[in-house]
Amino acid sequence: MDTTINPPPATTDAEPHLHGDLAIWFFILAELMAFGVFFIAYAVTRAYNVEAFNAAQAGLDRNIGALNTILLITGSWGVVRSVQAARADRLVPAVRWMGVGLVCGLAFLVAKIFEYRAKFAAGLSMDTDTFHMFYFSLTFFHFMHVVLGVCILGILLLKLRRGGYGSHDVHGLETGAAYWHMVDLAWIVLFPLVYVMH
Amino acid sequence: MKYTSQAVAKPYFIGAMGLFVAQVLFGLIMGLQYVIGDFLFPHIPFNVARMVHTNALIVWLLMGFMGSAYYLVPEEAETELHSPKLALILFWVFLIAAALTVIGYLAVPYATLARITGNDLLPTMGREFLEQPTITKIGIVIVALGFLYNLSMTFLKGRKTAINTVLMIGLWGLAIFFLFSFYNPHNLVKDKFYWWWVVHLWVEGVWELILGAILAFVLIKVTGVDREVIEKWLYVIITLALVSGMVGTGHHYFWIGAPEFWQWWGSVFSALEPVPFFAMTLFAFNMVNRRRREHPNRAATLWALGTGVMAFLGAGVWGFLHTLAPVNFYTHGTQITAAHGHMAFYGAYVMVVITMISYSMPLMRGRAANSNKAQVVEMWAFWLMTVAMVFITLFLTAAGILQVWLQRVSDTPLGFMATQDQISLFYWMREVAGVVFLIGVVTYLVSFFIKGEERAA
Repeated sequence: MDTTINPPPATTDAEPHLHGDLAIWFFILAELMAFGVFFIAYAVTRAYNVEAFNAAQAGLDRNIGALNTILLITGSWGVVRSVQAARADRLVPAVRWMGVGLVCGLAFLVAKIFEYRAKFAAGLSMDTDTFHMFYFSLTFFHFMHVVLGVCILGILLLKLRRGGYGSHDVHGLETGAAYWHMVDLAWIVLFPLVYVMH
Repeated sequence: MKYTSQAVAKPYFIGAMGLFVAQVLFGLIMGLQYVIGDFLFPHIPFNVARMVHTNALIVWLLMGFMGSAYYLVPEEAETELHSPKLALILFWVFLIAAALTVIGYLAVPYATLARITGNDLLPTMGREFLEQPTITKIGIVIVALGFLYNLSMTFLKGRKTAINTVLMIGLWGLAIFFLFSFYNPHNLVKDKFYWWWVVHLWVEGVWELILGAILAFVLIKVTGVDREVIEKWLYVIITLALVSGMVGTGHHYFWIGAPEFWQWWGSVFSALEPVPFFAMTLFAFNMVNRRRREHPNRAATLWALGTGVMAFLGAGVWGFLHTLAPVNFYTHGTQITAAHGHMAFYGAYVMVVITMISYSMPLMRGRAANSNKAQVVEMWAFWLMTVAMVFITLFLTAAGILQVWLQRVSDTPLGFMATQDQISLFYWMREVAGVVFLIGVVTYLVSFFIKGEERAA
């Protein structure tokens, strides 16, 4: 029995190719460079201040972080299923799955706002110490990407509902989806790096 | 030239070239004052020569951008300019205001100039690069508003292309950010913020949009590559430029009293600022390699390629050299900054304006390209100026490294002036390279007057 979730769509090209617009891949590359430089800076600085970083890290709420990781991975799953459904011209599931992605993204933002509120209430800020400078910088930089990603998913959802995507055209859908996966990927590195590793 | 009204660009380009010559001459004067301190004193003190050198640069680049826009926007919009007459009137207003300002700088002490131009009513003078009297600044705003009105009307009634849209956003941004020059808070930290929001958000923000749009326009013309391809590159480049450049403003917040996290934000984002410039170089070479036609104006193509390479080296590489906070802690405000400033301004903005002049001037004079003889002379000018600028940059970099070492790193640091004495050899070499640069400028101007076989437009 075939256990794969979806058979590959009939329209797949024989040769491997980059899905989505080339321009978004340049953009994703630049974004990952920005995150990458920040991650390296964090790692190097931490190497010189291991104890201070470990002590400050203990104050982070790992449960909210883990919840957010699950939300983003689930959201990405929804977006993948939506693209697959759209390729097969199954528009109703495509819209629903995109809705899953959007709701997960929004839930991430809500959880993050609660996390920030607790931090601000405890009197923590970017000026508290180097660890918190990195914590707020990295998570806020990522937060803004989720905001943009949610807007993109919202636009994709509206266009899906109007029948704008299907086997005839998934170019824009794949372009937006690629961006969302980048946001997810950045978090998957960020979470263990800042919240867990010590 | 497709529309007769595009010809209003011509006086702007001629005016720009005149100010370019003035800029280089005053550069040579102050270059000499670095080693012969009382040269031309008291007639042209160092601070005045410096002000004329930098202000002439900014004004002629603005004039070059305006000329480029007057040529480019109607052609892209496929319609005549809204009002050629307004464009010509504004040119004369701008030129006369610029000339009066320079005369003001040279004729009376700066403090006197401030008093007689009513700086007390609305103090805006005294900030580096923005030294212009308040009335000149108001004049710049009026000229810019008329210019934007004229071009926006042209833009709105015609075809809307990506190039035109990007250029118009860049030009509006230029005008809007200039308004920060009117606000001078007493708090020195705040004052620096507003100052950088003009200076930095110009050259590492909206000016890059103008640069990208002009380069894309000329590349479409000389290579015949599909507009769709060029426009996609343009979007990628400007997005990268804006993201890295806006937050990259943080590299100016390191030591002005702003919160410490800016050392990280500024370092990380400005470290990415070379990326759009690298993309621009790839873009220019890629498009020329994929060209669908052999445009007779080879000189313009050379300038376009040169812009990509020199902008990447000057703005990208030389900027990155001293942009990380731990490095900048030592190099801040040394000759390293001067080295970067020279090559970045030349490579990005001087060269893109000359690219546009080189492409459009023959067309405005009724031919597709200049004669082969004239183009050969122009290409000589390209190499003389570009190689001279490379050497100016290298000598200033050497001076800067030595300066950082003697003045800031050494166990027995020297004072500022004692250090200057130690590095004078590099200043002399820079001055020689500067003379070669002037020869390049003169060669460039001569190329406009060389006759020979021409091809019809």
